Amino acid sequence: MHHELRTPLNEEVVRSLRLEDTVSITGEIFGIRDATQIRIFDHGVAPPVDMTGGICLHTAPGVRKLPDGRYEKLSIGTTTSTRMNRFVTPLMQQYGVRAVVGKGGLLDDSVESMRRIGGVYLAIVGGAAALETMQIEEILDVWWEDLMPECLWRFRVKDFGPLIVAIDAHGNSLYERVKKQAAERVRGLRFD
Amino acid sequence: MSDIYASIEEAAKELYIRALKDIPADVRRALSRGLDAERAEGNATAERVMFTILENVKVADEQDTLVCQDTGLPVFRVRIGTGLAIDGAMLEDRLRAGCERATREYPLRSNTVHPLTRKPTHTNTGRGIPAVKIEFEPGGQSIDLAMAPKGSGSENMSFLKMLNPADGVPGIRRFVVECVFDAGARPCPPIIADVGLGGTSDVAMRLAKEASCFREIGSVNPDPDAAALEASLLDLINQTGLGPQGLGGATTALAVHVEWAHTHISQNPVAVNIQCWRGERARAVIAADGSIAYAS
Repeated sequence: MHHELRTPLNEEVVRSLRLEDTVSITGEIFGIRDATQIRIFDHGVAPPVDMTGGICLHTAPGVRKLPDGRYEKLSIGTTTSTRMNRFVTPLMQQYGVRAVVGKGGLLDDSVESMRRIGGVYLAIVGGAAALETMQIEEILDVWWEDLMPECLWRFRVKDFGPLIVAIDAHGNSLYERVKKQAAERVRGLRFD
Repeated sequence: MSDIYASIEEAAKELYIRALKDIPADVRRALSRGLDAERAEGNATAERVMFTILENVKVADEQDTLVCQDTGLPVFRVRIGTGLAIDGAMLEDRLRAGCERATREYPLRSNTVHPLTRKPTHTNTGRGIPAVKIEFEPGGQSIDLAMAPKGSGSENMSFLKMLNPADGVPGIRRFVVECVFDAGARPCPPIIADVGLGGTSDVAMRLAKEASCFREIGSVNPDPDAAALEASLLDLINQTGLGPQGLGGATTALAVHVEWAHTHISQNPVAVNIQCWRGERARAVIAADGSIAYAS
């Protein structure tokens, strides 16, 4: 089933999404990466913007700074989420984030947090930055420019997707399902 | 007639940008076959992923833009015809300058940081980067310059194991398949799985890297035993069902490339280096008069 979502998201909408449903997003999304979240959680600096109901994209965009100080998008793509797994639960718990857009998936503890708090992981196709850049209409805000390109970004998006619901708010992970099946198959392979 | 060093710099700059924009024809064909395979399997999610990948390649062509935002770390393989007198230090200097110009002039996102302080260089170059492998072609009158901007999602999935000789070929097969399984969704499958066998530990790793950066899909190792290993590994990896982006499907790997060197009687080194679906690389030949011919 396909869902057209508008931001911000609430718990009811998030819980209505099922594994392997597709979604597209219109509204505003945040861009975050390793250094952004190290600042928020390891250095204890609260984000200077309300992220309640927010969607976070795991990215460090390629941009060009314009004379008026704004940023022009050059190439915005997605990085591997698994590296940033430990930040997902506090993002939801402390700052009310409802969805993470990334590639590569998240680990068991995040799947459990998404079930408990009400959150989803939306898989984008990694490496498909040309399409992604087209679907991001504008860079609205950037905070913490000293972390460039791993700043805290806010983008305006239109029909961003289709993204695949790969972890739902009911304890299901498509990555886990595929990995479990693959593990069984590897056990059955003959290497001689 | 232009200065050959100026041409090396210009080609290095141009290849860096071209490799990021224009997916090689052999990789495009393999991706199309992947879409057909997922469609035939009736797997809607895998078909959606493969369709999006091909759509993205098309959009990058139409918009003349980067395929992926990861501009990687620059890797060069330089084959120098020994009929040319080339100053090696100048060559390395110009390759570096070419990367710095590409980064500044395009501009490309810079990825290079100090490994301890994480302080960025902002140039996509630094100590030991670009990685440059130099080879010689006896009597040749040109420079064959190949470039790959190696992306990090796949590079982070690099593995080395010094197996026992008694582990033999089955041990090699098992290790490679387990590496691909452990990597899972992270290296942006469908991947190109590249294997370096033998040598010393560093040689094995280097061979795997050369296989991932510079081998064409469809190319077969001229050694029949290595070729047979390539074919059997591709079959085993695709039997895992990890599929495009690790979301399930028939196409986990587009190809497997094996390169080898002789090794010690008591060693059995196996290195794995993974390339993501974009399989990015570009090549040019620089003639003695400085003219540059870019390979399509």
